[in-house]
Amino acid sequence: MAHRVSFDLEQTLLELGHYLPAQAPLKDFVHHNTLHAFQSLTFHKAVQKASENFGYTVYWNIDKYRELYHQNKINSDILDRVIGDHKPSQELSYWKNLLLDLPVEDFPQPKVGLLRSLWKKHYNINLDKEVHQNLFRIVSAYLDQGIAIWGFPSSAKSLLAGLHALEKNSYSSFLKTSRARTLFFNHRTTLEDLLSILVGKTDRFEQYLFDQQFAHPGWSGMVAVLERQPASLLDKRPVSLHDFIFLECILEIDALEKRKGNSWNSLADFIPDEFTHILGETANSELFETHRLWQEALEWSYYDQVIKGLQTPSGTVSESKKPSFQALFCIDDRCCSIRRYVERFSPDSQTYGTAGFFNLPFYFQPEHGKFMTKVCPAPVNPAHVIKESESKLRHQKDAHFSKHTKGIFGGWAISQTMGFWSALKLAKSIFSPAETPAMVSSFQHMDPHGKLSVISEDTDDKHQGLQIGFTLDEMTNSMEALLKSIGLIADFAPLVYIIGHGASSVNNTHYAGYDCGACSGRAGSVNARVAAQIGNNRAVRERLATRGILIPDGTQFVGGLHDTTRDEMEFYDLEVLADANQMRHQQHMRSFDTALAYNAKERSRRFQTVDSTQDAKKVHDQVKLRAMSLFEPRPEWNHATNALCIIGRRESNRHLFLDKRAFLNSYDHRIDPEGHFLLGILKAVAPVCGGINLEYYFSKVDNQRLGAGSKLPHNVIGLIGVANGMEGDLRTGLPQQMVDIHDPLRILITVDHYPEVVLKVIQADPQTYTWFANDWVKLVCIHPDDKQAYVFRTNGFESYEPLSQAIQAVSDLDALLASTSENLPVFLIA
Amino acid sequence: MIHQLIISAFVLVPLFGFVISLFLPKHWESGFSAVAFGMISIQLIFLTGYVIYWLFSGSTPVNIAEMELYNDGIYRFLLDFYFDTITAVYLWVGTFITFLITRYSRFYMHLEAGYKRFFNTLLFFYLAYSLTVLAGNFETLFLGWEMLGISSFLLIAFYRERYLPVRNALKVFSIYRIGDIGIILAMWASHHLWHENITFIKLLDGPLVATQLATHGGIGLFIGICLLVAAAAKSAQLPFSSWLPRAMEGPTPSSAIFYGSLSVHFGVFLLLRTYPFWEHEPTVRVMIGLLGLATALIAYPIARVQSTIKTQIAYASIAQIGIMFIEVALGLETLVLIHFAGNAFLRTYQLLVSPSVVAYLIRDTFYNFRSRKPSIEDTFPKKLAYSLYVLSLKEWNLDHFFNAWVFGPVKQLGRKLQFISMNYLLLILLPVYVIGIVVYFHQTWLPSSIISSIPTLLGFLGMLLVFRAFSERTSPALALALVVSNHFWTALAVSFNETFDYLQTEIYISGVIVTGAIGFWCLRYLRKKERQHVDLSQYHGHVYEYPKLALVYFLVTLGIMGFPITPTFIGVDLLFSHIHEDQYFLAAFLAISYVFGGIALIRIYVRLFLGPHIKNYHATALKTS
Repeated sequence: MAHRVSFDLEQTLLELGHYLPAQAPLKDFVHHNTLHAFQSLTFHKAVQKASENFGYTVYWNIDKYRELYHQNKINSDILDRVIGDHKPSQELSYWKNLLLDLPVEDFPQPKVGLLRSLWKKHYNINLDKEVHQNLFRIVSAYLDQGIAIWGFPSSAKSLLAGLHALEKNSYSSFLKTSRARTLFFNHRTTLEDLLSILVGKTDRFEQYLFDQQFAHPGWSGMVAVLERQPASLLDKRPVSLHDFIFLECILEIDALEKRKGNSWNSLADFIPDEFTHILGETANSELFETHRLWQEALEWSYYDQVIKGLQTPSGTVSESKKPSFQALFCIDDRCCSIRRYVERFSPDSQTYGTAGFFNLPFYFQPEHGKFMTKVCPAPVNPAHVIKESESKLRHQKDAHFSKHTKGIFGGWAISQTMGFWSALKLAKSIFSPAETPAMVSSFQHMDPHGKLSVISEDTDDKHQGLQIGFTLDEMTNSMEALLKSIGLIADFAPLVYIIGHGASSVNNTHYAGYDCGACSGRAGSVNARVAAQIGNNRAVRERLATRGILIPDGTQFVGGLHDTTRDEMEFYDLEVLADANQMRHQQHMRSFDTALAYNAKERSRRFQTVDSTQDAKKVHDQVKLRAMSLFEPRPEWNHATNALCIIGRRESNRHLFLDKRAFLNSYDHRIDPEGHFLLGILKAVAPVCGGINLEYYFSKVDNQRLGAGSKLPHNVIGLIGVANGMEGDLRTGLPQQMVDIHDPLRILITVDHYPEVVLKVIQADPQTYTWFANDWVKLVCIHPDDKQAYVFRTNGFESYEPLSQAIQAVSDLDALLASTSENLPVFLIA
Repeated sequence: MIHQLIISAFVLVPLFGFVISLFLPKHWESGFSAVAFGMISIQLIFLTGYVIYWLFSGSTPVNIAEMELYNDGIYRFLLDFYFDTITAVYLWVGTFITFLITRYSRFYMHLEAGYKRFFNTLLFFYLAYSLTVLAGNFETLFLGWEMLGISSFLLIAFYRERYLPVRNALKVFSIYRIGDIGIILAMWASHHLWHENITFIKLLDGPLVATQLATHGGIGLFIGICLLVAAAAKSAQLPFSSWLPRAMEGPTPSSAIFYGSLSVHFGVFLLLRTYPFWEHEPTVRVMIGLLGLATALIAYPIARVQSTIKTQIAYASIAQIGIMFIEVALGLETLVLIHFAGNAFLRTYQLLVSPSVVAYLIRDTFYNFRSRKPSIEDTFPKKLAYSLYVLSLKEWNLDHFFNAWVFGPVKQLGRKLQFISMNYLLLILLPVYVIGIVVYFHQTWLPSSIISSIPTLLGFLGMLLVFRAFSERTSPALALALVVSNHFWTALAVSFNETFDYLQTEIYISGVIVTGAIGFWCLRYLRKKERQHVDLSQYHGHVYEYPKLALVYFLVTLGIMGFPITPTFIGVDLLFSHIHEDQYFLAAFLAISYVFGGIALIRIYVRLFLGPHIKNYHATALKTS
């Protein structure tokens, strides 16, 4: 950002909103690239710039890389190759020396905050200390969604207008000095006026605002997000970044007046012209360069085996045999392992992966619900709503959350009566956890016995401006696109399962992040059920037949939901199944159950508090308890360890053990020679999987500033966010308990297709293209005919020869899994 | 005998568990939980059994003279245990909650970097809790009381790499210490009232207490007020209330056990325990009742406007404790005990499930939405309602109260004394001290009227040195030297007061000398290593690179402040016994020095070793997080 002489407030506010954390309120938590603001630069340049300006740590500790190197987890040949790729060959030993032995040194001091620190230097006043407490109190009370028993009195107005009303009618005030009060009540006061008082120099306004807002990025970011997406609050608040900053400036002036009386002036006199600007150009730095080389060596040490594995021909896969059933899962990395077990216990089945909203973007309106929930990827704006009726789902109450316990007499009576009941409840929940009203269960998202308005009766029939249900055309189109994109257009088995996923947990403020990301942080049950109903629709099938997709009459679709925490499944609308299919389903259920138990066992190796050498059923019971245990900060590992996204036919990767680290998207290049569906897939995969991956990356390498820190001391603020204790700023990013076992690797996306087609496809969409071109995700293309690998670098594909000699086969995977809790390399399993 | 064995075991078992936990290897999670959970289970079983046995055998209070730590015929320092209904209820409730929390934390704390530290602190807390509850005299109670303060500091500052927990830990510790002035003065006055270190069981003798108090007009009132101050501080009553929500910086279970349930009810405990002292002082009873009422009335609206779950629970709990104060004042012991147990259980559970509030209330809103819940205040006149709202949101400015009225003025006073430097200390004050010693041996040189005013004068001087240390912003060594030197001035001051055995002065000074010397060595070492980063103007977080040094220095800090790890602890008590009944000023100066000395010492430790690390080659926290 070049520093402007004049000041454009609107532009500055946009810019600020762009750089601030973009995390929505907890209920709408969706993974995204934490440093999205820097995405116009290439990855390493971007993170260096972010680090130099905002003080983020953007790589792992150098000691950590060295430790991995000495454990051979960073391959030394790969390290040499990485250095060779970036440095002239004669400098190899110089750099290697630097990487291995350079004494640990500090990163440069961040530039943000320098300007505002002049207050402390010249007036010996700590503005943060004076201002933050009241600022946070006010904004938190104003935005509160239901914790306070006595809410902000004039919350329907904007933040400033509301505060005006409050201050006007109160004998007590947040503002102590007449100057601040006059400025505040004068309707003609502009933010520029306040900045002139505080900063003086117009060309430093912007920098000052960055300093000010990045002292509490959590709250500022929240305000900026709520301004952009007001729908994220159920109880609406017309808040804006402008108002928030205005308030902070008023409070600053008040504090300065209070402390310094008339003896203070704007900062202008203390800012020499050569004073550092923020967000200027970055220079080359050996310190960052060494980190960069280490990081790439770490990544390629893993990528290399994956590529080798994908090139290794699979064993005997008899494609001729008729499959017993087909099952569509979400692309989610958590489905990577359950699919492996489903295939293992039903070897004649086929599984597919696709984004878990099953190509059906809509809002869901549960019966009795006062609001709609979006159940498709966050950036999509659906035009449809599915309404639920005849639901019998009721939610239980828990008196411990009641406001009466907080009153004087109510509290007096309750603590002497219910208090003792609490003791018993607590004891019970510690020694024998069970479902409680406090928990979040994926199976509560929808009543399986309710009716859904899948088919549109009348396109003019609207609900809040959205069409209720889908027309025949819409259903056919989306079903066609779904089936074609995953390559399932023939050889339908008698049963085709469509299985969404969700999660269950208790005492988990980030619960929305555990559900299906493709459904905006909700369980995928409604989508799966609607997709299955569409698949079973006669009229839809007739139309599909005309488009070349012939679904036999004997084939039936079944919707279902996989709870990834408890490893349980639920299936919907089974009454429509024909008798023969009913029988088959019963059979499949048994292998699903076994698969679920084994999946739980595999997951348990990462839960160090469960003995995973036990019998699968036993482990499964313990795993189920985690979801209901108040004291379990890690009900499941969610996306931790994710590192791959593999786009291609299942046949080309079914023989590989990928340790639950891969997003698997089914795709058959043979029916999509032009890459039409591939574009659709990449358009979703790059931002969604890339977003998840990068959020994990940054939350891991800097859990203090880019992550939310340990969740154990978190305090819930206004139902929208968490902070440490009472006085802290809102914490964004992922808590440490979500990333403990994660290795910060950028995601590698592999595509089974011809490189020239892939290149054409990614170039077709500029937004998607920058993800690859700027190196935020790595792209490798595997040639379908000769399995040659091509890696995408800046503007084209280059062929890549893996250094890994061969991929080891593993005979007893179960024993191996039970024996270690570490990340495992790629293995051949078939 | 059976009583003696069992009751002693209630302290020894936790002590044993705590000591073992110190020696277990750092990453052996199941080891810690086994020790903690095993210890507490044994305790719970035996306690339950004993309480039943005790109830059936008549439930008469039991007093156990456990161990004599010092006795010179006139003064006796006795470790004394006591078991009555209050003890039974507090000990059982505390043990049961700790039992649940240890189990809970076994999984909750999994993989946390401070796993060992957490369990060490938890066990230390439980030891302090048991000791305080079982205390049979003031000395034993004060021992437990001080340990509670330290364990509280450690739990709040559990996330020591961040700024806010560390700052708030210091804040809470400081407020606790202010409350301690009350208890020190109450002990001193009580000693003069009874001419011995009275055990609580003797206070049950109503007629004796009544006659004794009647012959010492005013002293009963004085003790009552001192105890009320101590109780109000510990139980977050006015004007101390704002520390409680700020203490919720540690992992949720530690907040639950400490600030939700157990520690915060100690003010109530102190009042129940000392009931015979002020039972017949209507003024004290009225004051306790009014304080409770005022607290309830102010904390309640504050709780109502809180938009964060933990602060809401904290203020709701404060309001309930206010009511307990009223109940105590009315003499309704049984009701108080029921109320305490219920409130402790309720708040523990509410805090533990507090993260669930998001999912629960969001779902509730989703299905039963009403824009802006109506509240009772909507019926008030607007001006009144809005004023009350703003005041409550500002917590009635309670958070600024102590800064404005206590710490601020002390700091300002200290700044006025900037001229006292290390050189000044050595070149001017040291010679003066030597002259003081010479005068002490030749007291006939001076007229007796001057001699009699010397103790107060010296006490005052020592206090000023402590204030100077408290406000020092640059040199940790100077601050340390000032606090250490205060102990010498104190010793000299009391020596002028009356003639007593040198041994007592030696007991007092010995601990200070040894720990002080180690302290200076630590600071020198750190200075040699980190030339740039050893001043008191900011937090340095050196514990990241020097965890062992930090531990040693922390122990040093405790030693110098008279914590029961050196003989100084007994020395303090001994010295106070030589302050005459009419020397209120001297007693006050010494008590204030003692308290502020402790704060100044902890402040040095905090600024050097805790907070965000000054170096950034690894991820460090933002100050506001």
